[in-house]
This record gives sequence, structure tokens and C-alpha cells, in this order.
Amino acid sequence: MSLSISRNTRKQLLTHIALIFVVLVVLAPVLFALAKSTQTRAEVYHFPPMLGPGSAGLLNYKIVWHQFDLGLYMKNTLIVAGIVMFFKTIFSMTAGLGLVYFDFPFKEFIFYFILFTLMMPTEIMIVALFNLVSDLGWGDSYAALSVPFLASATGVFLFRQHFSSIPADLADAARVDGAGPMRFLWSILVPMSWNTIAALALIQFIYMWNQYIWPLVIIRENDRQLIQVGLRALTNQQDTTNWGYVMAAAILAMIPPMLIFILLHEQFTKGFALGKEK
Amino acid sequence: MSTAKFKGKWIPWLFLLPTLVILLVFLYYPVIQTFRLSFYRVAFLGLRTKFAGLDNYINLAQDSGYHHTVWVTIVIAAAVVVVGLAASLAIAMLANQKIRGASVYRILLIWPFALSPPVAGIVFLFMFSPGFGVVNYLTELVIGTELNWLGNPRLAITLIIMASVWKNLGYNIVFYLAALQNVNTEVLEAASIDGANNWQRFRKVTFALLSPMTFFLLITNITYSFFDIFGMVDILTKGGPLDATNVMIYNLYRDAFEYYKTGLASAQSVILFLLVVILTMIQFRTSGRQVHYGG
Repeated sequence: MSLSISRNTRKQLLTHIALIFVVLVVLAPVLFALAKSTQTRAEVYHFPPMLGPGSAGLLNYKIVWHQFDLGLYMKNTLIVAGIVMFFKTIFSMTAGLGLVYFDFPFKEFIFYFILFTLMMPTEIMIVALFNLVSDLGWGDSYAALSVPFLASATGVFLFRQHFSSIPADLADAARVDGAGPMRFLWSILVPMSWNTIAALALIQFIYMWNQYIWPLVIIRENDRQLIQVGLRALTNQQDTTNWGYVMAAAILAMIPPMLIFILLHEQFTKGFALGKEK
Repeated sequence: MSTAKFKGKWIPWLFLLPTLVILLVFLYYPVIQTFRLSFYRVAFLGLRTKFAGLDNYINLAQDSGYHHTVWVTIVIAAAVVVVGLAASLAIAMLANQKIRGASVYRILLIWPFALSPPVAGIVFLFMFSPGFGVVNYLTELVIGTELNWLGNPRLAITLIIMASVWKNLGYNIVFYLAALQNVNTEVLEAASIDGANNWQRFRKVTFALLSPMTFFLLITNITYSFFDIFGMVDILTKGGPLDATNVMIYNLYRDAFEYYKTGLASAQSVILFLLVVILTMIQFRTSGRQVHYGG
């Protein structure tokens, strides 16, 4: 074994050790939650702490799913996230089409009109939005949870940026062929936009799944509540809280966004053109 | 770019209409209303409103409690930025090494991207609970005493910062990894041929080339401390103890929805809005990347 190889191997080994250490540190809170979610009440409060899997199996999961309405909250959140993902993708795409492939008066004004909304997160207008949606009579409805989020500058600009990078000849060719803008969108732009669609779907899903302050103030009926606020209710009964239940609920609430992220994170990087400088 | 255009006077408006209507009704209108409300005082649990001029702003300017809230927000934002970005960059550089299984390591490091602030808060709440939390067991072993993480103001702030840094790791690492892949290895090689040591290569080449990304992440992490942190504070500390973790957004929420001081809360909204405008302006000035990856 030559000297240079062994030095190289040693460096590789050290990098592996360092990476495994960091991975474990970053994972530790979740591994801890996972272990506790399978423990009985006695095991959870056992001293010294038990850090391995417990004897409750999936019992805590079943209990929070049925008795503490986790299933209901997750279903509500999936519905709301689905509505937002579907309509926002379509609205953002057509808006991008309008901005890139048409000339019209006040186009620059419209561009800035959309751009400025980047500075308006929900939290900033929470009081006025609450008044507006209450006045519309939408309290405790899926509409209250989804309609205000059906459009965003992020979505529009993502598609605008992507469409601008598609060669101009394509639109020309489509027009010569007599295709209208809808045909052009459907049969040329959409097939070329899957990375962008996936990137938007990913951030929308995580954004909607993690909604907290808005459902907290606008939803009064438990039947329409979303997952994050549902978790809050579990922890709020401090004295009687069974932390095994709470950890099971937290793990359940992590699963859907985690799955979507693992599935789509490569498209996300591509869709945001993070890989290349422009 | 002179992209070929379709013809049509009304069609582009039709395409833009859904987006424009939603933005107008659910973003512009409430923002304008927020400005208007900030000049009114609400009495009798929101039943009566009275024009109050700048009273709400003057009250905030004179209220030492609100000053404290602003200070807490600054402290948390600064710590989240400095600790979070340093840790994320170090981890991203480690994960960027050419090594077997690199893609597996990456997934195992960036998954917190999908974490929500309340979930991160819940897990930390349990780990740091007095009596049965695992962290207290460890401190008991190491320093012989329990620490009252939720009862001591400094420890509570530290807890919020640690949980926030953990929650933001995935996001920061994703963006740093993407930026690191653009760092030209030839420049690094040239630097080492010129006799630069590791630290110099990092500081003069890598860190310099990453500075636009660092700046972007600086802004998004500050924005986190303004808004997204709400869920974590609400779960972990409820702003306590003694308002030690009462960040601006949490104070606003309580004034609006627990004390029904709508006007006062709206004035706080306007202040937060102006801060966001300033941050966004700085961001637009300094970089071409102008996408806010939130909603």
C-alpha cells in the first residue's frame, strides 16, 4: 500500500466518521421522539430515561389517530393542501403564460403588482384577513383555509422564469401550426415544465402542511382543524399529557411532508435552477 | 428577450385574472385595511372603533414592554443567523466531499427542511421538560443539577434558538450545497498552487464565492425569526417566562386575539411590514435572485 493511498483512505474514513456523527446529532431529536412514541406511560416517565423502543408498539399511534382526531386533522390538511397545490399550479402557469407570451398595456405595472406581494406574508395582515374572511362568512370552512393562498408571486415568477428560458422558436412554430395559447400551454409548455411543477408542488405542500397561525385564529370547529393546531391541543393539557401520545402524533405529522420532500427534492433543486448560475 | 408573442387583447388578462383577483382581495386589501386599522382604537371587545390618529404608534414607541419585544426578536434573529448559518455551512462543506454514499448522507442531513416549527417545538419541549426530560437527566449527570429550561429567561431564549437552528438546518444546507456545487474547483486548485493553506482557501475563495447565498439565507433566516417562529414560541414557551421569549409576532398575536386590541396589533403589523420592505429592498439591490421561497 503506497503512502498516498493510505493517507487518502484515512481522510475518507475521517470524513465518514464526521458525517455519521453529524447525521446522528441532527437525527437525535427525531430518534428520541420515535422511541418515546412506542413506550407506555410508565416507560415514558421511567427514571433513568429509556431510550430504546418501548412495549406499547403502535398503540399510541392508534389512540392519537382515533381518540385524538389526528386522522381527521391529517385528512383536512391533505384536502386543503391538495386544493391549494392544484389551483395555484394552474393559476401560476396561466399567469406565467400571459406574462411571457403576450404583450399588453400596463404589463410592467402588473409585474410589479405581483412582485410586491412577496413582502406580504399572512402574519402581517392577520387581523385584517381575519376580519375579511369572517365577514365573507367563511369561518370554519375549507374555503377560509385555502382560497387566500391560491395565488402567489413565488408561483408566478417560477413559471415566468422557466418559460422565458424556453427557446422562442417553439412558440413561433406552434403559432405557424395554428395552435392557440391554450393548446401551446397544454401540449408544449406543460411537458417541459415538470421540474418547475414539482418544485412548486413541494414548497406548496410543505407550506400548507405547516400552516399554524392562520388555522389557529380562523378555525373554531374541531371538525375543520388542521394538523399543526391539532398537535397544539394535545400538548396543552400539560398535567395530564401522555407524552407517548404526543410523540406519536408528532411523528405522524412529520411523515407526509418528509415523504414528499424525499421524493421531490431533486426536482426542487432543478426547478429553482439552483444548480447553475445564470 | 423578444419572445414570439401570441395576439389578443383580452386573452392575457384572462390568463392573469385568477392570480390578480386573489392577490388583490386577499393580500392588497387586507394590507391596506391593516394600515387603516392602525389609526383606530377598538373598545368594548371589538364592538366599537374610534379614530385615534397616531396614538397606537405613540403608545408602542413609549411602551418599554414593546421595546423589550423588539430587543428579544433582534437577539433571537441574530443568534439564529450566526449559529445556524455557521453550522449549516460547515455541515454542507462536509457533505460536499467526494465520498462514497454522499447522496445518502445528504438526504440524512437535509430532511429537517420538511419540519414545521410547532413539531420542532413539541419535540424540544419534551426533551427539555423539567423532571422527566432526557436533557435534564444528562445535566444532572454532568453538572449535578437540573436546569430549569422553561422557567429561566436566558435558558428559555437559548432553547428557542437551539430548536430554531435545528429546524432551519435542512433549508440552509440545501441552499449551501447547491451553491457549493457552483464553486469552481480550478480556482481552489490555483489557490493552493499559489501556496494558500486550507483556512485561506476557505476564507478567500469558498466563503467569498458563497457570499451571495449567505446573504440570501441571512434574509430568509431573519424572516423566519419575524414570522415562522410563532408556532415554536406558542408551543414551547408561550412568550415566557416573564416575556423573555415574547417575539414581535407573538406579542402581536396576543394583542389581537387575546386582548382584542386590534388597533394596537395593526400598528405592530405595519412596523413588521416596514421591516420586511426594508429587508426586501436590500435583497433586490444586492442580488438578482429575488424569489422568496415561502408561499
